[in-house]
Amino acid sequence: MTRPSLLGAAWLVLKKDWQIEWRTRARLTALLFFSLATLLLFSFAMGPDVTTLRAHAPGYLWLGLLFASVLSLGESFRVEAENQALTGLVLTPVEPRAIFLGKVLGNASLLFGLSLVLLPVTVALYDVDLGRAPLKLLLVLFLGCLGISAPGTVYSAISANARARDVMLPLLLFPVLVPLLLAAVSATKFTLAPDPQEQLGSWLRLLTAFDLIYLSVGFLLFPKVVEED
Amino acid sequence: MALALEALDVSKRFGARWALARLSFSLPEGRSLLLTGHNGSGKTTLLRLIATASFPTAGVLKVLGYDSRAQRDALRPLVALVSHASFHYEDLTAAQNLSLTARLLGVAKPSTVVDELLGRLGLRERADSPVRQFSAGMRKRLAIARLLLRAPKVALLDEPFGELDPAGIAQMEALIAELQAQGASVVLATHLVEQGQRLTHERLHLEGGRKAAAA
Repeated sequence: MTRPSLLGAAWLVLKKDWQIEWRTRARLTALLFFSLATLLLFSFAMGPDVTTLRAHAPGYLWLGLLFASVLSLGESFRVEAENQALTGLVLTPVEPRAIFLGKVLGNASLLFGLSLVLLPVTVALYDVDLGRAPLKLLLVLFLGCLGISAPGTVYSAISANARARDVMLPLLLFPVLVPLLLAAVSATKFTLAPDPQEQLGSWLRLLTAFDLIYLSVGFLLFPKVVEED
Repeated sequence: MALALEALDVSKRFGARWALARLSFSLPEGRSLLLTGHNGSGKTTLLRLIATASFPTAGVLKVLGYDSRAQRDALRPLVALVSHASFHYEDLTAAQNLSLTARLLGVAKPSTVVDELLGRLGLRERADSPVRQFSAGMRKRLAIARLLLRAPKVALLDEPFGELDPAGIAQMEALIAELQAQGASVVLATHLVEQGQRLTHERLHLEGGRKAAAA
């Protein structure tokens, strides 16, 4: 028997998460309607002024993704807590860091997929122009989703067995995400509107740095989180 | 003689409660152990410590010569646990669950092996049903299939006969004999003492987390 490498095991964990997602589709539907409702409500609250709508679109897009991420991250470890499946993975044995990588990529891909669905809705509701820097916009969305998922996976694992896990996850996660959200909203703004002072590059660097820091921290801490004392 | 299990003053505390208190025993390799005791006596805790699902609060536990905490990575591939929790994903099918474990274990031709195992355990017709739809007995059979994917040197069975029908019980007894024939040490926790004694060589009776003389 040749065991898969760390990346091979992470890929199997990721594929398993996709299989569960596809089989149930409940989480996908909930995430979609939740974030659509968020975008719709904010656009109605802002009124019909197109200039104001365009100016606030990046913030509301990321708010929709942030709220959806709480649902998505919580559910991601609920399936691991059922039947102690996570313990089963650890005892198989799967290197906890492979589980971390697989779960982060699973959560990030789900959020990124959701953001792609939300883009045309944002165009319809906020009249933004996606054609200005589409590839850079996709990069910002990807880095932002990865940045939510990296600490989110660690905190979701920590709070999975807590009695008040639905309250605990946002309490732990949201303060950590403040710099990421500031960078993501600003970077998104400069992909949708003119960027005369070329600020996009610095926000992208901040997003990348945030991702790298929290991927590294999660990679180091996750074994402590999933191993019982 | 090499030891499968060696516990030296092993204790385990949950909050203020000691689930195991200064437990010492040993089991030679290839021998099987019956673990008895009332509910809450520490049987499941001991099995979880041996499986490295958790670790002693105090004392030293060696499994196959490996320290259960410090050498857990080397130990885990050699130990398999069938417990009250099935470790399965409810929303995946039986075949997908086993296939995931087989691929993580690096089993050659996982699809073929999984199909054979499902056939052997009488689950082939339900291979594509999600585990959520399984009865307790079927879940137990699937847990046994999961154990059979590996060749454990130490097999830990926590109430393995519960929820099984007569055919399943006979199959479980045959499985225990098969594991023993392969040289594995089986640790069997059950309330069915006579049946357990017939299947094992030695007995450890626990009361309040301590080793006690069997009634």
